[in-house]
Amino acid sequence: MEANSVIGTINKKGQKIVDPEYLFFEAPRQQHFMTGSEVVREAIRRASVDISVAYPITPQSEAAAMVGDLYVEGYVGDYFRGESEFAVMSQCAGASFGGARVFTTTSGPGTLRAYENFPMWAGSRLPILINVMVRGINSPLNIQPDTLELGMILDTGMLIWHAETAQELLDYLLKGYIVAEEPDVHLPIAIVIDGFFVSHTKDMVMIPSADIALPPYNPYRSPVPCMDMEVPPVRMMRDPFVMKSNYISYATHASWQQEIRAAIERSRKHTIRLIGGLIEEENSDAEILIVSSGTAVAQGREAIRLLAEEGIRVGIVKVKTLRPFPHEEIRQATKNAKLIFVPEFNVVGWMAREIKAVIPDNHRVIDGPHVAGGMTMPPEVIVEEIKKVLAGKKEVVHG
Amino acid sequence: MGKEKIKICDEFYDIMPPEYRELVDSATYGKEGRGWKDVGIAKELIEEHSLCAGCPESIAFRYVMACLPNPEDTVMVGSTGCTSLVFPHVAVHNIHSLFGNQNAVASGLKRALAYRFPGKVKDVVVLAGDGATVDIGLDMTLQSWFRQEKFLTICFDNELYANTGGQESGLMQKGFVSKMAPAGKKFDKVRLPEIAEESGCHYVATLTVSKPNRVEKAIRQGILIAREVGPTYIQLYTPCILEIGKQAMEGLQEMRDSEGPNERFAFKEYISEEAKAYLASLEKEKKPAAIPSQA
Repeated sequence: MEANSVIGTINKKGQKIVDPEYLFFEAPRQQHFMTGSEVVREAIRRASVDISVAYPITPQSEAAAMVGDLYVEGYVGDYFRGESEFAVMSQCAGASFGGARVFTTTSGPGTLRAYENFPMWAGSRLPILINVMVRGINSPLNIQPDTLELGMILDTGMLIWHAETAQELLDYLLKGYIVAEEPDVHLPIAIVIDGFFVSHTKDMVMIPSADIALPPYNPYRSPVPCMDMEVPPVRMMRDPFVMKSNYISYATHASWQQEIRAAIERSRKHTIRLIGGLIEEENSDAEILIVSSGTAVAQGREAIRLLAEEGIRVGIVKVKTLRPFPHEEIRQATKNAKLIFVPEFNVVGWMAREIKAVIPDNHRVIDGPHVAGGMTMPPEVIVEEIKKVLAGKKEVVHG
Repeated sequence: MGKEKIKICDEFYDIMPPEYRELVDSATYGKEGRGWKDVGIAKELIEEHSLCAGCPESIAFRYVMACLPNPEDTVMVGSTGCTSLVFPHVAVHNIHSLFGNQNAVASGLKRALAYRFPGKVKDVVVLAGDGATVDIGLDMTLQSWFRQEKFLTICFDNELYANTGGQESGLMQKGFVSKMAPAGKKFDKVRLPEIAEESGCHYVATLTVSKPNRVEKAIRQGILIAREVGPTYIQLYTPCILEIGKQAMEGLQEMRDSEGPNERFAFKEYISEEAKAYLASLEKEKKPAAIPSQA
């Protein structure tokens, strides 16, 4: 890897560029007590980010503003406020086309306003990292956490990792760049957290020293040409690529979409090594399982503890990456389960749909409980749902 | 600089596509004073295009390409429209991402290039139609000017959405009947040149492409001022002869008819004081021999 040539050098800010493996697994870490937004700042401080574009929308505004502080301190190359999320994501695209490592954040309605850019990022193979802090989508007006928007970005061609805790947020932000920028992947990546639950609450986080940083992005490892005129000019879309004018361009169009999806699948090997597998299991030999992602998992864990007190044994499967979706891992982890509960912070149950689509005998999947519009999900709600089904008081509706 | 970057390894010369060999052998890259007169001589100045016969946009596109002062380090950003059909034939890096976001993409791109190559000249040129510039993309056009982003924005103004079949646009003349304006357009042509001036552009020009010398000067000034001073804007009338019911040979006359002193495209130019000072300094640099030695 060419980046080896910069390892050991000192960047403009005086940070030592270290091997990502060292930063992730070996560098000494110190415990800090901070909010998720502050964790974003600390990750980006060590991520050698060239350009960041910001736009205010709750709950991501605080993190976006803190990245601005990093720019003033000299840790980020350039930073400015765009005029809307659609513009911000377009500005991020321009910066990434130009060979920069790019960071931005978004939430809820902003994510939807930005939406047209996401498939374009993926189709253009731009390894932009976006921190999505999910929140409710209007209307009625609501700024509370809700993962509905996440269900909508599943099929844009981006990698999507859903962090449960502030610690995962820190690690995923840094590791995300390394996976997204691999030449056989080279796709945008969304690092997702549940707004407020992670962004605005304080948590213990182990953080490596601020005087080390990731190697900078090398745009010439990209599978598509970097738009900087440093390599011979190419006729990007010769024989109008945009029009299906001949067999070659038709075949290119047809295969390009498949290639994006294939690149998502190829990210598995890098991701599994860096984040320790695409799922996490706890007592998955139990006949009753909870399967979910994000903070719904944290609530599920507490529900398991409450149920254990009553002698009901329940296991849990935490889904860490939504794209690639861990088909085989979930099939294996749920093979002995008789009932699979999928608690979700949204009204539609997209996670349950995803799971139903990949496991045999999917009548085992109980689509719920659901809370939506920013309602919290006390563990008791999960407990109640499980007990209702076990007592035959709740009809399981399939379909 | 010049052609150094596009040289072909001798062993591969005979297997390279003829277009590429031609680019290396006779491109205008690195040529001092390249300009519109190179059109028709150098193949990379869009020998073939996929626009309609007689389309004024095709000649405008050639002039733009020929007048880039620094093509070997220029990246162009386009938008959805007929221009997206010509960009495949362009021998500089170019980006077409979505509709209307060209000035936002260019903002990110220019900043990335400035950050990655400090001390090196890297020009960014936006080229989009009136729909992309003034309607769907107006907020991003204006905000890039407010932010003083250092690139030239060129609007190919054909006064309608030509690529989708002649629908009303913000730059269409009041009263013009078109698709989606069945009773005639209800409001005046948006005064974008004036707005550009007010929004912080350091060079603004309105013209047709009937006079190549004038186009060449405007494009060069637009790029040079954008490089050093701040945002610049050029609005070129490139009528869609198809949609206004003209024949292939009538495009030039249509432009001439529209550039009279009281017409919509009478030549207008605004240069900020800062830009004037910069242009004067360039002139001074050009003529060092004319200054008698004091030694």
